[in-house]
Amino acid sequence: MNNVVVRDYSIPANDFTIAGEASSSVRKILSQIGVTPDVVKRTSIAMYEAEINAVIHGNGGQAHIEIDENKILIIISDQGPGIADLDLAMQEGYSTAPDSIREMGFGAGMGLSNIKKHADVFEIKTAVNEGTTVYITVFFKPVKN
Amino acid sequence: MTVNEISQKLDFKIIAGTSELLTKNVSGVYTCDMLSYAMAKVNQGDIWITVHTNLNVIAVASLTDCACILIPDNIEIYNQTIERANEKEVIILTSGKSAAELCYEIYKTLKDL
Repeated sequence: MNNVVVRDYSIPANDFTIAGEASSSVRKILSQIGVTPDVVKRTSIAMYEAEINAVIHGNGGQAHIEIDENKILIIISDQGPGIADLDLAMQEGYSTAPDSIREMGFGAGMGLSNIKKHADVFEIKTAVNEGTTVYITVFFKPVKN
Repeated sequence: MTVNEISQKLDFKIIAGTSELLTKNVSGVYTCDMLSYAMAKVNQGDIWITVHTNLNVIAVASLTDCACILIPDNIEIYNQTIERANEKEVIILTSGKSAAELCYEIYKTLKDL
């Protein structure tokens, strides 16, 4: 496969009826092009967490993905409130999600650490009152050190 | 053991899932209601027990490739969730027993104890 597959998705704010649709669509694409189940799972989990974060915290946003023969790059951006203390936000168990979100089973404070755990490369750019963008890369084959 | 076989044996009610889907293999059981945690820990082929019945559990089940979702304590399931499960080919089962009892029974059955 020499072509690059590019897709863009809109992530609506606070709409849990379609939250996860972008991740689900990407999962389908990766399975169809023969990416191994382990990589499909890691990618789906990392992307779903980022997508849900944009739904819950970012007033919605956009997902942009690029797939080439070696990897998938996922960029999820929002124009929400941004993250004031990124080190704190990265800590497992820390969450600013309200009770209504926790009642749905979210807000464990594991989203960002789950992304870090499942991605090969993970980067966040965030600024208060401007928004947050996360960059997730997953390689299709193990990267040699 | 398939989802259908274990459902018959332990008397689970099938809420969503075609006969073809019910031939999926069950290899383990996991229970957790924090979705991020479940997503990281549920393995392919697991029966995932959760008290949540909102649409998000369908996404988590689908992303983890679990064998099925099992809802304990006869908790009522939203129609919207059942429709989404059918659409995404996710099996939903229910039981009147608690999550703890279900874990015990499923584990015992799978390990042939």
